[in-house]
Amino acid sequence: MSQYMSKTNKLQEFLQLLFGHPMGFFGVIIITIFLVMAIFAPFLGTVDPAASGDVDNLLMPPSSQFWFGTDDLARDIWSQTIYGSRISLTIGFVAALITVFSGTFIGLVAGYYGKFLDEVLMRIVDFFMMLPELPLMIVLAAVLGPSMWNIILVVSLVSWPTTARVVRSQVLSLKERPFVESSRCIGASSFQLMFAEILPNVVPLMFAQAVLMITEAIYAEAVLSFLGLGDPTSISWGMMLHSVFESGVISESYWWVIPPIVSIVTLIVSFSLLGTAVSDVLEPGYKEKKGY
Amino acid sequence: MGLKRFFLRKVVAAALTIAVIVCANFFIFRMAPGDPVRMMFRDPRVSEDSLELMKQKFGLDKPLSGQFVAYVKNLAQGDLGISFSQQKPVLEVLAERIPNTLLLVVTALIIAIVLGVILGALAGWLSGTKLDTFILTASVAMYSIPTFALGIILLLVFAYLIPIFPLGGISTPASGFEGFALIRDVGWHMFLPAFSIVIWYIGEYVILTRSSMIEVMGQEYITTAQAKGLRKHNILKNHALRNAMLPVITITGVNLAFATAGVIEAETVFAWPGVGRLAYDAVSQRDYPLLQGVFMLFAFAIVLANLAIDLIYGYIDPRIKVGG
Amino acid sequence: MALIDVENLKLYFMTRRGPAKAVDNIGFAIDKKKTLGLIGESGCGKTTTAMSLMKFIKPPGEIVGGSIRFMGKDIVPMTDEQIRQLRGKEISIVRQEAQNALNPVLTIGKQITEMIHEHESVTRETALARAKKQLNLVGISDQRINSYPHEFSGGMKQRAMAAIATACSPKFLILDEPTTGLDVVVQRQILVMLRNLKEELSLTAVFISHDLSVVAETCDRVAVMYAGKIMEESDTVSLYQNPLHPYSKALIGAYPSLKGARKQLKSIPGAPPSLIDPPPGCRFAPRCEWAQSICDEEPAINVIDGRRVACHFVKA
Repeated sequence: MSQYMSKTNKLQEFLQLLFGHPMGFFGVIIITIFLVMAIFAPFLGTVDPAASGDVDNLLMPPSSQFWFGTDDLARDIWSQTIYGSRISLTIGFVAALITVFSGTFIGLVAGYYGKFLDEVLMRIVDFFMMLPELPLMIVLAAVLGPSMWNIILVVSLVSWPTTARVVRSQVLSLKERPFVESSRCIGASSFQLMFAEILPNVVPLMFAQAVLMITEAIYAEAVLSFLGLGDPTSISWGMMLHSVFESGVISESYWWVIPPIVSIVTLIVSFSLLGTAVSDVLEPGYKEKKGY
Repeated sequence: MGLKRFFLRKVVAAALTIAVIVCANFFIFRMAPGDPVRMMFRDPRVSEDSLELMKQKFGLDKPLSGQFVAYVKNLAQGDLGISFSQQKPVLEVLAERIPNTLLLVVTALIIAIVLGVILGALAGWLSGTKLDTFILTASVAMYSIPTFALGIILLLVFAYLIPIFPLGGISTPASGFEGFALIRDVGWHMFLPAFSIVIWYIGEYVILTRSSMIEVMGQEYITTAQAKGLRKHNILKNHALRNAMLPVITITGVNLAFATAGVIEAETVFAWPGVGRLAYDAVSQRDYPLLQGVFMLFAFAIVLANLAIDLIYGYIDPRIKVGG
Repeated sequence: MALIDVENLKLYFMTRRGPAKAVDNIGFAIDKKKTLGLIGESGCGKTTTAMSLMKFIKPPGEIVGGSIRFMGKDIVPMTDEQIRQLRGKEISIVRQEAQNALNPVLTIGKQITEMIHEHESVTRETALARAKKQLNLVGISDQRINSYPHEFSGGMKQRAMAAIATACSPKFLILDEPTTGLDVVVQRQILVMLRNLKEELSLTAVFISHDLSVVAETCDRVAVMYAGKIMEESDTVSLYQNPLHPYSKALIGAYPSLKGARKQLKSIPGAPPSLIDPPPGCRFAPRCEWAQSICDEEPAINVIDGRRVACHFVKA
């Protein structure tokens, strides 16, 4: 029956199932809150998060003027928290986009053409997967220099193999399916087969991978910033933690530590819950299991 | 395929990977903007003598290919350069710290794997029940919290707010503890960092074991076992678990790469003097030889650990041992 | 007394859209040392019935009525522990060749001996000796006692399954499509092996299949199932030579004969009915050539010469 549903109906159905999933529900709600935070940042009672203020206002606990208090350079922590969502979400989405597209492309090509090309690409993938992620990211970030784009680059570089491998698996099984055979029989070109027939069936997987990659990217940015490899010109939550740690006043400035930590943990856990929900919903037979 | 050929293939693959890591390492550090090696010459901390030594050793007056040869030669002899910030050979610095990291990691991993597998098998066996849902949700949460974030939270709550645990380090400085007292002291210091690592790992293993268990339970041979009238715990142990563990063992190898992240983060937050903390120190000190050494150490360790696990697996899975 | 006596058995699958009446009020009896064949189209309920003889009921299936007596005792109200003790020891099953029906990490020997140890207290040596004997019984060399399943071919795996299933000399054997999916040569070997086993161990059996020729060779009596009900039950020879129920006629008529003149293949038009909302009365009526308005009423079971037929138009 569902094959006759239009594309928008399928999307609607998918979103419905996702929202009905307990993890999906919470994930979507919380992520939406952060998205709102990021988009409407300037209107949420914020000032320039990087603007250092009066010497008198160093390390102040929360007050009516500074809702979350100030840091050791008298910068407003509330603003840093709100604007930090922009950095995390941007890096998350952009890195995920790059990773998923490059990984899918490679997985598609490797799975479809097989043989030598597949061997070579998969050897590269295997190699990358064997490398320890964080040490590699640290090394690359240290060597390339701290900037937002470098972080995005580093994260994408380290994550694309997972997507490539996963997509390739699916392509391999899809390749043998009758609908591909029949298209080939009526003379479809390789290009058409790959992109018009196989790719649409890979899209759900791409989506699941995308959510996974966003989670990874946000986490990677947070860790790298915490370790001191973040972009010093943009104050992300990880950078805030780095500053607190470096300044040594961690015990006396709970107001500085709590917002970034809570934000990081909440955002990452939400994406993780969403990711689990997405992979559950995309599992064949989920609809039936839930009794639809 | 036979065991011998399987082993051989795995060993060769590992050797190749190590070779590629060595090459990659060399090139990564050369491609930095402001070639870090050249930057050494401008670094005021490096003494004239060290400079001369390094120039000779690394063949810095020779072309790139010559430098590469020198690099490999040095590596083969265990010479990883000299750490700027510590004024000692990198190898020596690493050697000092490795035991501390091993202590932390091995303890954490053993606890996490045992608990994770037990809980995961339980959740899988009882799939669909409330207990299963609870365990699964808790595991997803545990697995998603970044280790360093958890570490900081634990530090704030249990070291500052309620001072049960120390603020960091491996032992109380200048305490002169010996023997059992020392062990207790180290254990007390190790609790929070180990806990941070364990939480992530348990989450991962529960999810893994659970899904492996669920897949196994859907297999025909479980129905066969039930048709034989075997007791439940027999089916669980000999039929379900034995098969469910196989993919878990395989994934353990892959997971070790993630363990390095946990180690680096936990050691940094709790100032545990291990190799992970060295990564943080090297970065903040811009000590490139040290960073390079740390990276190679981690990469090699993962490759070797994976090899060991592959070999163990080949021995356990009869389909490989006896070869179909 | 019959070894197996099923009366008014009702097994429904509780779905969200209502109960699917997979097995709806059937009954049959199997005497000692006899084999009953259970034939019918896919989905007619034969496998469900067979599995229920060992109380292997997958949720959302439930037995909502009737009784299944094994040696006089009704197994329907039995607890899990009670039925567990019966399985393997008194009632055993050999199922369709499945790639994964055998545990890949245990040797064949271990898979046989563990069953023996579960139900009987014997020494390790005794169990091992018996395991070897079992292998010989099914035509596998006892040298293979320490082999793993992946080292066996499809036919050998099936024989190994039979060796395991009969290790404790059960009284009743359920054979659920044991030869389906095997090539004809292997099929023959399996059938010969099964015949040996039945003789050696004095087995009573039920043989489920959709392959009429295999059933003809191995069974004493045959029951024809359709849409959860038994249409006809009779001795094999009579059924094949002179089927009484319209459905049996169509089924046997659809089978091409190797001998005789070549004729056009006959099939039965239409499709089996929904089990959630079956037609009232005789379930075959919608597809039956001779259907009339009386077929909207449930047909009584008429007994003719020891044969039972559920059709309004077949009377003594």
